[in-house]
Amino acid sequence: MLIDCPHCGPRSNEEFTAKGDATAKLPAGDAGPEAHYRHVFVRDNPRGRHEEFWHHTGGCRCWLVVTRDTVTHEIFEVTTASEHLERQASGGKK
Amino acid sequence: MRYSVFTLAQQALKGHTGWPKAWRQVAPQKAYDIIVVGGGGHGLATAYYLARNHGMKRVALVEKGLIGLGNVGRNTTIVRANYNLEGNEPFYAHSLRLWEGLEKELNYNVMFSQRGVINLFHSDGQRDRFVRRGNSILLHGADAVLLDRDGVRRYAPMIDIDNSRFPVMGGLLQPRAGTARHDAVAWGFARGADRLGVDIIQNCEVIGFDIQNGVVKGVETTLGPIRAERVGIAVAGNTSTLGRMAGLELPIESHVLQAFVSEGLKPFLDCVVTFGVGHFYVSQSDKGGMVFGGDIDGYNSYAQRGNLPMVEHVVEAGVTMIPRLSRVRVLRSWGGIMDMSMDGSPIIDKTPVEGLYLNCGWNYGGFKATPASGWCFAHLMATGEMHEVSRAHRLDRFRTGHSIDEEGTGAQPNLH
Ligand SMILES: Cc1cc2nc3c(=O)[nH]c(=O)nc-3n(C[C@H](O)[C@H](O)[C@H](O)COP(=O)(O)OP(=O)(O)OC[C@H]3O[C@@H](n4cnc5c(N)ncnc54)[C@H](O)[C@@H]3O)c2cc1C
Ligand SMILES: [Zn+2]
Repeated sequence: MLIDCPHCGPRSNEEFTAKGDATAKLPAGDAGPEAHYRHVFVRDNPRGRHEEFWHHTGGCRCWLVVTRDTVTHEIFEVTTASEHLERQASGGKK
Repeated sequence: MRYSVFTLAQQALKGHTGWPKAWRQVAPQKAYDIIVVGGGGHGLATAYYLARNHGMKRVALVEKGLIGLGNVGRNTTIVRANYNLEGNEPFYAHSLRLWEGLEKELNYNVMFSQRGVINLFHSDGQRDRFVRRGNSILLHGADAVLLDRDGVRRYAPMIDIDNSRFPVMGGLLQPRAGTARHDAVAWGFARGADRLGVDIIQNCEVIGFDIQNGVVKGVETTLGPIRAERVGIAVAGNTSTLGRMAGLELPIESHVLQAFVSEGLKPFLDCVVTFGVGHFYVSQSDKGGMVFGGDIDGYNSYAQRGNLPMVEHVVEAGVTMIPRLSRVRVLRSWGGIMDMSMDGSPIIDKTPVEGLYLNCGWNYGGFKATPASGWCFAHLMATGEMHEVSRAHRLDRFRTGHSIDEEGTGAQPNLH
């Protein structure tokens, strides 16, 4: 699996650390226990397209968001986590 | 037909042409009392114990492919009961006791071999942790023996005890642990369940649930609808997919775990050994192949095959622990999809949908749990009560703060 890091170019997934579902969004501190429970423990776990964090630990050490198919491992998009957050904040469909 | 020396002799005289099929090929009836979804080890054991322990007569097991092609036929067959926590160890101790009588019980040779499992340790801190775990195991009625360096050397002389980077300090041995023939476990439970009247329906995929006002009424399958007031899901890596059909939100991620087998060697290793530095475990099959594996690949996956970086990692760890393995040729590698839970421990519980029950979260340790999982899941579905040894395996434990996190890694399925 090759991940095309926006800073470093295409690199083997060995250089990266998988950090899990990127759609789980940290709720506000006062959102209540149910929201925090869901954030920490509940996962969509889709068969197919999945947005996930990868940390380029063996490269630029940047946190990335990779959109990948969990059946074929095809990678559709790689962005930096900060760009991903900006998109989330502006409510824009990615 | 009961298998015995006499039936064997009889069949031998007939040139083995008269053996009956081990289970019937059946088409689904319109309705059952209970439907079990998933023909892996857990589903088959559940169906068996529903009939055997609870006298349930109208039980169906539906499997989307052929039974035994899922993880039950893909695992590295290690059976052990060396867990640490209160919520888990009594369950696994119960499972080990069931394994010890399984062949008699099923009248089927599952080749359960109590050859012992050693977990190596390499530092003071690791030793202390293992001593604590050993005591916990003993308190729960399973067995544990602390080996020093010489003990390890005597038990498994091929291990590189004096490894310059990771010298072995000792190991925690569980003599009653071992391996079993995984396919035979699936076939034995299938045959046993069939003999007690369970309909095992293969090539029948569940594609939806009939749920009315929060109560389950049956399942939709590729062979048409089947009615039942009670439905149990035991589909391992496909749990989230099935859960979504029933509107369940689950603490599960699907991950791929790989395993490997080498060419056949003469007897070389007569126990199971796990490395204490990297994740690596190995045993030798009765055919002589070295069977080994390591960590999950680490990212969500529904592909029943892994990628090369983990192959390299596993082989490196193996050769570090047993340098002699370096010349051994690997014949095959494969992968299976694990239902990783958010604390690394299983779930056997009711769901918010009335009549719908869930058995999942086996991570990469579910083979050893097969008999007890079926035992407890059948108990739950037949009586409505959680079985005593499994009462901590609740679905709502994450919400209430009662996670059972053996590794202490937190809600990170790829680290368990
Ligand atoms: C490589 C590898 C090594 C392992 N090593 C060990 C080990 O050494 N020791 C140990 O204890 N555990 C081990 N495990 C874990 C163990 O194999 C699993 O935890 C356990 O087998 C899971 O339960 P099961 O047998 O019921 O699963 P499975 O055999 O996967 O059964 C689930 C079944 O559900 C069926 N299904 C899915 N969706 C549907 C549907 N919609 N309709 C109908 N049927 C459906 C599937 O086809 C499948 O047959 C290992 C796993 C792997 C992959
Ligand atoms: Zn980078």
